[in-house]
Amino acid sequence: MKPIIRLVDVWKTYEMGDIEVHALQGLNLEVKEGEFLAIQGPSGSGKSTAMNLIGCLDIPSKGHVYLDNHDIAKLSESDLAQIRGRKIGFIFQQFNLINTLTAMENVMLPMMFQGIDERERFLRAKKLLELVDLGERMDHKPKELSGGQQQRVAIARSLSVDPDVILGDEPTGNLDSKTGLSVMDFLKKLQKEGKTIVLVTHDDNVARQAQRVVYIRDGKQVEKVK
Amino acid sequence: MKEDFWIAFRSLSQRRLRSWLTMIGIFIGIAAVVSLIGLGEGLRIAITSQFGFLGTDILSIQASGVNFGPPGQGAANPLDDTLIDKIEKLNGVDTAFGRIIKSGILEFKDTQYVGYVASVPEGHDRKVFEKMVNIEAESGRLLRDTDKNRVVLGSRFATEDFFGRAVATGDTIILNGKEFEVAGILLKKGSFIFDGVVFVNENELKDLYNIDTVTSVIAVKVKDEQQMDKVKADIEKLLRKERDVKLGEEDFQVESPQKALEALNDTLFAVQLFVYIIATISLVVGGIGIMNTMYTAVLERTKEIGIMKAIGARNSTIFRLFFIESGFLGLVGGIIGTLLGMGLAYGLAFLGRQAGFNLLQASVSPYLIIGSLLFSFILGTLFGVLPAVNASKMQPVEALRK
Repeated sequence: MKPIIRLVDVWKTYEMGDIEVHALQGLNLEVKEGEFLAIQGPSGSGKSTAMNLIGCLDIPSKGHVYLDNHDIAKLSESDLAQIRGRKIGFIFQQFNLINTLTAMENVMLPMMFQGIDERERFLRAKKLLELVDLGERMDHKPKELSGGQQQRVAIARSLSVDPDVILGDEPTGNLDSKTGLSVMDFLKKLQKEGKTIVLVTHDDNVARQAQRVVYIRDGKQVEKVK
Repeated sequence: MKEDFWIAFRSLSQRRLRSWLTMIGIFIGIAAVVSLIGLGEGLRIAITSQFGFLGTDILSIQASGVNFGPPGQGAANPLDDTLIDKIEKLNGVDTAFGRIIKSGILEFKDTQYVGYVASVPEGHDRKVFEKMVNIEAESGRLLRDTDKNRVVLGSRFATEDFFGRAVATGDTIILNGKEFEVAGILLKKGSFIFDGVVFVNENELKDLYNIDTVTSVIAVKVKDEQQMDKVKADIEKLLRKERDVKLGEEDFQVESPQKALEALNDTLFAVQLFVYIIATISLVVGGIGIMNTMYTAVLERTKEIGIMKAIGARNSTIFRLFFIESGFLGLVGGIIGTLLGMGLAYGLAFLGRQAGFNLLQASVSPYLIIGSLLFSFILGTLFGVLPAVNASKMQPVEALRK
């Protein structure tokens, strides 16, 4: 399988006053097309920073991030936005839905940013919400939905532009174990349908369900230490 | 684009109270501007038409006296129309004619009404007069020298205001007991006096009122408007001599209606300038209110901005959303302000008329409405630029962490 995302000797340095903090220190990582990868590490290990770079939310201080063999380090914030909007679907621990919009509108939003026409947006959003069993709750606002339902809206949203990669940041972190399991099952189903899934987690139970686990510590990939 | 408006509207309606509070600043300012300009403009129109005749080459002569009712009435020593010939002989005078204005009892289909009756000069002065007072017939025609027992009526006679029913061209009305045929009805002038006046040929009016030589107003047309001041001085000198009064004790006035109007306009302008200044201050404060609200909104919605960017919103999209939102605040504030201002202007004018200030009327022109809406929208967007730029420049990673 060819790699869809490659991080090559990536450094990310934050300046906090006079002190430089190296969140990533020469991280090398490959995400292969169609795989289910978990990135695991303790808090402060740099896994969230790694996720931001994989998701094109940020650019490295040093090194290269290739998405489909294009180096994103050279892109402007606006072009980056366009690329991640098209290629990557995000699922967050906090669900991160827009509270003023209904479930339907939340799912339609990424398609709006991609300029997909209104009718098409509506039909796709409807289909996706039905897929995540929320066909009855399309006009509800996030606050009127349970945590599990909100995360399912977020999954539907992440799928709306039919991205190659689904990127989850502790997607089950705020859910009870039963709801968490159903979300994991759904992600596995998506992988079988050809999507690339990348999860960032500190939870062994979540990581265990992935095909491959990568461990990060002190901003570098390490062998699993058990 | 359509979606942007819709999203902006949704976030505004979510914070309804704050949006309304923000808009209050705008609509107070806009309402002040619209109502005061509307009233001032109405007053200007009313007063302009009240002068009756205008022109940069016109002088008007009146005997001084108690000035209630028709001009020239109540004067201790009214003007004599033998003066007219003498005035016409003065250097620089093109023509002069008298105008008689009286109250008359009108009767139409057994209903009575007391109104003003005014003379129309005959011969070549008729054309000069018609041009001066700028009258045109809405229906029928204006009077001619050959007309006998005919009148022309102001526009309000064509409404139910005076007799409870409309008078039409060809109808017969009774003036001081004598029957007259209505030759025509005038176009509306927006003047309280002109729209309710009855015009009769001069000689007929003199017969009707048994007037010999007295006239209410003498209108003088000057050959060259550069000579106005000199002609005015000559007329004053002549009248002092004829009426045997000393300089400084004149019992008459010679004035240029145009100049009087210009003086009035200057005053109105000063008042309006003052209103503009107050309104500008109010609007700037309102604009800063919008800016403040938008900055708060940007801070509050940092996370939302982060989410939108994460799922593919470009900087320009975020900018647009906030920009539209502030423009919307301005525009809605402007719409409400304009409606409020119009209500205020027409309401005050109505109350004023009830209280007896007949001249008071409001005139809110479409330009004023469009102008104030445009202005309030621009104000909203102008003060929304900085917050919107702020929002658009946020780093998604940092915004998401909030």
